[in-house]
This record gives sequence, structure tokens and C-alpha cells, in this order.
Amino acid sequence: MCQSSVLNTDSLSKIDAIVEKYRGAPGALIPVLHAVQAEFGYLSQDVQARVAECLNIPAVKVSGVVSFYHFFTDKAKGRFEVGICMGTACYVRGAAEIVREFEKHLGIKMGETTKDQKFTLSSTRCIGACGLAPVVTVNDDVYGKLTVDKVKDLVQSYREK
Amino acid sequence: MIRSHILVCAGAGCVSSKSRLVKEELLTRLKLQDLTEEIRVIETGCIGTCDLGPVLVLYPEGVFYQKVGVEDVAEIVEEHLVRGRVVQRLLYKEPLSEEILEKMADLEFFRRQYRIALHNTGAIDPDNIEEYIARDGYFALGKVLSEMTPETVISEIKQSGLRGRGGGGFPTGLKWEFAARSTSSTKFVVCNADEGDPGAFMDRSILEGDPHTIIESMAIAGYAIGADQGYVYCRAEYPLAIERFVSALEKAREMGFLGENVLGSTFSFELELRVGAGAFVCGEETALLSSIEGNRGEPRPRPPFPAVKGLWDSPTIINNVETYANIPSIILKGAEWFNKIGTEKSKGTKVFAMAGKINNTGLVEVPMGTTLRELVYEIGGGIPGNKKFKAAQTGGPSGGCLTEANLDTAMDYDTLLSLGSMMGSGGLIVMDENTCMVDIARFFLDFTKDESCGKCSPCRIGTTRMLQILERIVNGEGIPEDIDALEKLASFIKDTSLCGLGQSAPNPVLSTLRNFRDEYEAHIYDKRCPAGSCQALIHFTINAATCIGCGICAKHCPSSAIVGERKKPFSILDDQCVKCGVCVQECPFQAIERR
Ligand SMILES: Cc1cc2nc3c(=O)[nH]c(=O)nc-3n(C[C@H](O)[C@H](O)[C@H](O)COP(=O)(O)O)c2cc1C
Ligand code: SF4
Ligand code: SF4
Ligand code: SF4
Ligand code: FES
Ligand code: FES
Repeated sequence: MCQSSVLNTDSLSKIDAIVEKYRGAPGALIPVLHAVQAEFGYLSQDVQARVAECLNIPAVKVSGVVSFYHFFTDKAKGRFEVGICMGTACYVRGAAEIVREFEKHLGIKMGETTKDQKFTLSSTRCIGACGLAPVVTVNDDVYGKLTVDKVKDLVQSYREK
Repeated sequence: MIRSHILVCAGAGCVSSKSRLVKEELLTRLKLQDLTEEIRVIETGCIGTCDLGPVLVLYPEGVFYQKVGVEDVAEIVEEHLVRGRVVQRLLYKEPLSEEILEKMADLEFFRRQYRIALHNTGAIDPDNIEEYIARDGYFALGKVLSEMTPETVISEIKQSGLRGRGGGGFPTGLKWEFAARSTSSTKFVVCNADEGDPGAFMDRSILEGDPHTIIESMAIAGYAIGADQGYVYCRAEYPLAIERFVSALEKAREMGFLGENVLGSTFSFELELRVGAGAFVCGEETALLSSIEGNRGEPRPRPPFPAVKGLWDSPTIINNVETYANIPSIILKGAEWFNKIGTEKSKGTKVFAMAGKINNTGLVEVPMGTTLRELVYEIGGGIPGNKKFKAAQTGGPSGGCLTEANLDTAMDYDTLLSLGSMMGSGGLIVMDENTCMVDIARFFLDFTKDESCGKCSPCRIGTTRMLQILERIVNGEGIPEDIDALEKLASFIKDTSLCGLGQSAPNPVLSTLRNFRDEYEAHIYDKRCPAGSCQALIHFTINAATCIGCGICAKHCPSSAIVGERKKPFSILDDQCVKCGVCVQECPFQAIERR
């Protein structure tokens, strides 16, 4: 078993179990990070350190990979992550106005999280639903053909959840 | 006995338009009418007309219903399936002729297509391997293993003239031959499903709608080059594709199409899916390999090419999803057949993802050499609101734009290159008179700057500099020297960057400068955005002749930018206006102009 960490034992054993599943597979680091982020929501420094220790690789290698890929994040996100597609199809169909509208209703800028930790506003790359541009995701829900006037109600519906 | 099949599109587009709920409702209604024995409901991959989703096709007649809501299902079941009467109001109307069409085959969108890579997508249930097999699935693999040597497979692919669909257009057969020649005992077959071009979604649709085609082709490639392990590298943004592909892998394994001794032969092949983590540069082949190896996805210099020294330093072939999707048909129908489709140097078909300002957005597969006009106006149904076509971007952030003057050019690899654009993956983004070309160039530079891996400074610093200049121009702060500076930076970045990302990053700027220089000049010299899209350059003014001084606009303005005395013309304080456009909507007398 891997040693030492400030994480609680429950978290530790979760990470260990994930690493065990991929151990020996060539190029295991990225699949491991995917699985760990799915479990914890983000990859804190402690979590990254534990992964490095368990895989027996330098911690800088893990942080290098985490910082390279947009999908990995070392910061906690809000309960609802609003992802506005900024792919070309969505941009041409007015994604920039949608961004301004969300910023207005959530009171935060792109990339920020609301104080109550409820919403994070982020931009995503094309999710391949370009036929429905502009497209916005809220966690796993996808909203296509979004218009500026629908944003307020959409935000409200998640506020109430 | 089954008398009717209902295809319910469950591609990513339709799933977002709630096609799953429609399917549930359909099953419930069929049960109520006691029709479950007679009517089969099949969930398919993307049918192609995503903006019309949820889409349903009813066979044997082939009736095409669009924008079907849960509330429409009862009527379809009672009218169509029980009484045999087509539900007129759910049929499709051609946007230009306004003709109402009943059958899928009558739609211009489908009539003009020639489907090879997409031949199963949207037609079968991707989760059902038997349906794939029923349409000659895995027959090509069987043929290859029982009747062909690796050499004859490669020679067939070479003769077909198939070129890579992922961007470069490199001859596929040649690539396979390079890897086959190596005597290395370890080799790999890789499928590039990173689909980085934002606006292209054919690879996603194929993986979601016809995953077994990719499994079959990769096994064929493995046999041809002598590899027993393959990897599919799929972007993380495609959860549905990942789910369907993983499930297809299991079924293929169970039925002996993967694993030890495939179909009882001496050939063994394993396949694994790897999920990307959001980095455009990982679509570049050497970066992709580095990512599969578990590292930062930084490109490495070529040569050595992956076919010589690839994954874990072993010979590796990398092909795009759509490239693979052509292989089984070529094996079964022969190189001669494939060779006759397309143009002299671009054989076969190409899938285009049409999006942006176009009526029929979606996926279409047409013979190489189809003109842009046919795509935009005949298949695509023209531009919404009868607006004027301005340009179409091909090749995504690495490509360029085609203009009205290019409408009649044949779309193939070489023609597009000669026009300063490129085929790329087949993303085709249509833009109309309201799209600002300078802003589009800025948009792409913003993308490439963000996605530059930072390994080499011309790309990292150069794209940042170009973006700063473009931002200045769209903000109305451009200076006359800017155009010159952009051109100089562009050629420097192109000449000195290590990988294709940097080498092609300036293309959208160069292409818009070539075709729409007047728009750049209008921004720089006149501080005007001809498309009326750049926020900083839009101005709201009140026409004193039409304004009656009612004050309604002033009441609604969120930033108190409108002033005036009642019954006299009001005016807008430009420096206080936040350009929200509310006043234009509120004025009952259309006295406010946006320019
Ligand atoms: C920056 C960059 C991004 C790329 N992205 C993709 C991609 O998303 N999908 C793809 O198939 N090829 C992409 N390519 C091309 C690949 O490097 C490679 O040429 C291709 O996968 C080879 O397959 P093909 O011969 O079947 O086209 C990209 C190239 C560059 C330079
Ligand atoms: S050209 Fe850009 S993306 Fe390519 S290696 Fe250099 S910095 Fe990285
Ligand atoms: S555009 Fe908006 S901010 Fe500007 S004057 Fe009109 S209402 Fe006021
Ligand atoms: S609403 Fe129209 S008519 Fe009334 S004051 Fe404003 S601009 Fe003039
Ligand atoms: S560009 Fe937004 S989904 Fe493709
Ligand atoms: S997803 Fe249904 S038509 Fe494309």
C-alpha cells in the first residue's frame, strides 16, 4: 500500500482501488486521472500526490499532465457546471451573446464559480451537437438551439434544484 | 409478425432534443394499442438532419417525421400505425420550395447523398451486432482472413486511391505499406477519433452509429500490417460515442471478431479505447501517441514517422475514423468500384458536417468533387432568412474560407488547397452577411493560441501576438500598420513552427485577408464593422425625424444612456450605451437604428 497523505483513509483507499485497476496497463496515468476526477470532482494537490505515489512516478509528471489537459482541473467546481460551447458552429450562431447573458444572470465571469458554490461557468469545445447550435450543457444535460431569452429561465430552473 | 419498423434517431443531436423520451412514449403507446408484436422500434445513430430532431423514420414506407415531441407520439401511433394515415403536420417542408415531403428518400438532403462511410449510420441499431452482421458486417474481415494475404489487402487499398479523411489526405494504402515493411514484432494500429475541428461531428456520428465498422476495419488494418493491438483515441467530450464503442467492443469480443484467433484464423487482435482529456493538439498524430503513452500531448518532430517509429517506438499506423469507415466497402466491392467515384486525385466520397448559417444543418456524404453550391443550396437548403451567403470555412482552425466566387468549384483535396483552404476533416461552417470575417479570424486565432502546446516559441508567442492585433482591430483600435504586421507574423509562424498546429494557425487570417481585406480596412480606417457584429463598433442612434419623444426607450434602457425631453426627439449617449439593443425592440415607432 502507498503511504502518507493528508487525505482521509476513505479517500485514500478509493484512489488506491482506482490505481490498482489500471496497474500494469501501459500509459495508465491518463485513464487513472479520468477515473479519480470522476470520483472526486477535481484533482487537488493531495490527490495528485497520492496518484503519483501509487503509480510510483514523480509528482511533477502528474502535475505536468494535469496542467496540460483542459479536461483535468485542480479546483473544485460548482454543483452545476454550465458549459457554453464555443466551437465554430455555435460561435457563428451567437454563442458570445449567450455567454454575456449567463454572465449577467449568474453574476460571474467565464471561468468563475458563484459564491454559493452552485454554478461554475465555463466554455467547452465542440461537443458534436453542432446541428443544434448554439449548445449549452449543464452537467450532463444538453440544451440545443438556445436563445438569449431562454437563459434566465434555464438558470432559474437549476437554482431551484 | 413484424409489419413495420420505426427508426428513432438516438444520435447526440437528437438525444439532446429528447429523442429518448419520444422513444419511451412510443413504446408505451404501442403497448397500449397492443402493437408491440407487430411494430419494432429501433434506436439508431445520427440520421443526418440533426436540427430537425427528434427524427423518426417509419418503414416499410420510409415516412420521415421531424421535430417529433412526446406529445406527438399518440397521434403517430393512432393515425399512422393504426389507421394508416400519414400525420401531415410532422412532415418536412423544403425550405426553398416550401414543398411538403412525405418520404425520407424524397428529401433533397438525402437524395443527393452517396453513403459509403455512413452507410450504416442512422440505419441500424449500433448496440445490436446482429444488425451490423445482417448488413454484411464483418464479411470484409472474413474475406480478408480467408482469401487475402496482407500484401493483397494493402494493394487493394492502394489501388482504391483512398486518402486520409483526417486532414492531410495522405494515401492510406501507402501508409499501411510503410508499416507492413518493417520487420518489428510489435506494431500498433491507432484510430484518431479526437475530432478536434470545432464544428465537425462525423467521427462522433460514426462511432455512435456504427461502431463495429471501426472495429472491423482496424482488425483488417492489423492483419495487413502485422499488428495485434489497436487503440482508439476518442475525445472526452463524446460520452455517448465512448459508451457505445465500449459496448460494441465487448460484443465483438464475445463473437470472436476480436481476441485470440479471430474467426478461427491464426490472426489475433485486441482493441482498447483511450479517452482524451481536452487538448486539440492531441489530434496531431505524434501528440496523440504521446498522450496514449500517458504523457503530455506534445508533438515530436517527424521524421521518424509513426509508421516507422510510433507508439512505444514501434511501427504504428494512425488513421482517422472516416478513413477506416471506408475500408470494409472497399474490400467487399473492390478497388475498381471505389476508384470510379470522385475526382481524378480524390477518390470516393467525403462526409461534410454542415453547420452555421444554413437551413439544413447536419451530416451529408457526397462524392468528392461535389460543388460548394450543391452542398449549400441544394442539399443544405440555402441560408436562413434568405440572407446572403458570404463564406464557408473548411478545414476548421487550420483552414480557410471559400467565398461566393468559389461556389462552383469542386470540393476535393487539391482544389481546396489551391484556393488557400483545405479539406480538413470536412467541417463546413456557413457564414452569411451578418458574420464578421475579421471576428471569425480572431475567433480561430483565439482557439489556436489557447490550444498551442507551448513547446515552440513561434507558435506560442506568435499566435498570442496575432491575437492581440486582431482583438485591437475588432475593438476599433486598429492601426494602419496592423495588416502588414499580421502578414509578417503569419509567414514567420508558418515557416518556423514544429507541428501542423502552428504551421496552419495563421491560415484563417491569411485567407480572410485575401478575400475580405475590405472588412479589415473598414474596421481599421472607418471604425466600422460592415457585418454589424463587432460590439465595440456598433452604434445606436435615434432618428430625430421619426422619434415622437414618447420616452419609452429611456425607461427601458438599463444604463440610462437615453436622454431627452418629452415630445422632443430623444438622443443616445454613445459612451454610456452598453449596446444591449433593448431600445430598438422597445421603440414603438422604429425610430432607433443600429449601425
Ligand atoms: C493540430 C492538428 C490537429 C489534428 N486533429 C485531427 C483530428 O482531430 N482527427 C484526425 O483524424 N486527424 C487530425 N489531424 C491529422 C493527424 O495528424 C493525422 O494526419 C491523421 O489522423 C491521419 O489519419 P488519416 O490519414 O486517415 O487522415 C490533426 C493534425 C494536426 C496538425
Ligand atoms: S507548433 Fe504549436 S502546437 Fe505544435 S509543437 Fe509547436 S507550440 Fe506545440
Ligand atoms: S442599446 Fe441598450 S444601453 Fe444602448 S441606448 Fe439602447 S437600451 Fe440603452
Ligand atoms: S421610444 Fe422611440 S419614439 Fe419614443 S422616445 Fe424613444 S426613440 Fe423616440
Ligand atoms: S460547435 Fe458547438 S456543438 Fe459543435
Ligand atoms: S442526431 Fe438525430 S439526426 Fe443527427
